[in-house]
Amino acid sequence: MAVQVREAIRTEKKTAALAAFEVRKEFRPAKVTPGGGTNVRAVDDVSLSVWRGEIYGLLGANGSGKSTLIRLFSTLLTPDAGEVRVFGLDIGRDELAVKRLINRVSVEASFFKKLSAMENLVYAGRLYGVAPDESRPKIVSILRRLGIEDRRMREPLEQLSRGMQQKVAIARAFLSTPMLLLLDEPTTGLDIRSKREVQTFVRDLRDEHDATILLTTHDLDEASRLADRIGILHQGRLVAEGTPAELAARHGGGTLEDVFMTLTGRRLEDADATDAERPT
Amino acid sequence: MNANVGAQLGLAYAFVEREIALSKRYWAWEIVWLVYGIVTSLSVAYIALGAPGITGGSSDPALVSRFVLYLLVGTITWRFLGLIFEQMGETIAWERWEGTIEYTFMAPVPRLTHLLGMCGATLVRALGFSVAILAAVALFVPVDLSHANVASALVLLATGAVAFIGLAIGSAVFPLLWTEKGLQMAYIVQAVVLLVSGVYYETNVLPAWMQPLSFVSPATYVIRGMRDALLDGADLAHVWPNLWPALLVGAISIPLGLRVFLWAERHAKRTGRLKRSG
Repeated sequence: MAVQVREAIRTEKKTAALAAFEVRKEFRPAKVTPGGGTNVRAVDDVSLSVWRGEIYGLLGANGSGKSTLIRLFSTLLTPDAGEVRVFGLDIGRDELAVKRLINRVSVEASFFKKLSAMENLVYAGRLYGVAPDESRPKIVSILRRLGIEDRRMREPLEQLSRGMQQKVAIARAFLSTPMLLLLDEPTTGLDIRSKREVQTFVRDLRDEHDATILLTTHDLDEASRLADRIGILHQGRLVAEGTPAELAARHGGGTLEDVFMTLTGRRLEDADATDAERPT
Repeated sequence: MNANVGAQLGLAYAFVEREIALSKRYWAWEIVWLVYGIVTSLSVAYIALGAPGITGGSSDPALVSRFVLYLLVGTITWRFLGLIFEQMGETIAWERWEGTIEYTFMAPVPRLTHLLGMCGATLVRALGFSVAILAAVALFVPVDLSHANVASALVLLATGAVAFIGLAIGSAVFPLLWTEKGLQMAYIVQAVVLLVSGVYYETNVLPAWMQPLSFVSPATYVIRGMRDALLDGADLAHVWPNLWPALLVGAISIPLGLRVFLWAERHAKRTGRLKRSG
């Protein structure tokens, strides 16, 4: 089914790569509070569409529900209510077909730490039906482009820096040629140089490979640098959506930081500090 | 149809290849487990050699040799079955520890194929360990296999593996549902199976209230049948009374274990437990 979907969307320009309708997700609190805790609504009736070929930036403080949304979109969570479609496929009913179309980079570069980048990526390729003969040259090419030397590709990943590991994580996602790439704070914790390299790669990925990208970030500069449209998530709700210019025009002008402050009543850094306790 | 089967086998092989690569990287730990297995089995064999001196029983070399083989069959068969149980049970816990669980579960691999691949990797490892332990032990103590019916033993071992795979898939659910203590629960189940399955003794020595548990453990039948095959040369017809219950457990436990696993996966997705940190 995923192959048919890929064919169909090549012929159609304006396609919703991702469409979420009134998606809701609640979690039971981790600790029992006196008198009984109530469920925490991490995602509260969020509806959004990401168009094919678009980079959509989801901006929000820690705990605003960004990661929960990404996990919902990547089939790791099931919504309590609402509907999510990837290129028209329902993520619940057509889960396997959806999985063939998407990939994800999370904030932690999660790998088998003792295996090398090459071993991890060959394994990841196999899971997406890419045979080693095909994946090995592709892996070398992607990793070189991300600035990783050949000799480092064969070292255990635990010996690589955090920045390098994150680049390998991006290579892993790219290896499966996803139609929809979900990037969950891919540059958090990276130094400026690595951050810029990753950002350039993300943009190139979209331009050269017709990928659609949903990027979560709490970095205002990154959002305005990369995203065609931005959605602002605050306490689980999508409180605004538009291009950076539209958001500025609609919410009193100024910078994205000003828009964020107008909508949430706080600066992003302050919100990060106070909202970090919310489950994501 | 054939192309799909080939594709699924290719996907399943990804897990076998991954486990082999991990074994190579963790080679020092593999040696530790191998040495531990050899030493444990050897210690059990020496109990048999020392038994006449301890109990004042018969020191007839033929009887002592039979007792050595009796205990070795139990310990090595249990090592084989236990490895299947442990490794399959750790399928979730290991990936959660490495942090790769989310990537494995969001990959477009049917869960049956995923678990089939893990079973393949587990069987390769369990078989390799068991053969190595038997070969090493044979260097130190006399192992009399002159009466053995190897074909019957292999059939029983294969049947036991199938039965244990079902149980192991079921036990892998614990770490999926209880992220902090699930693996410990699986180990407790394994320990109880060891106690009631007659690995080192006949199950009739167990307290009466415990004996019903031995009836539901496939290890009871596999170990009993293995002893008949390797000590007395029993052919398939003679081991059948022990073979069919193990087959029955396998026929029930694999589909049941898979269903339970799929239910647990859905539950984990509803409650947000399908993540690295729990």
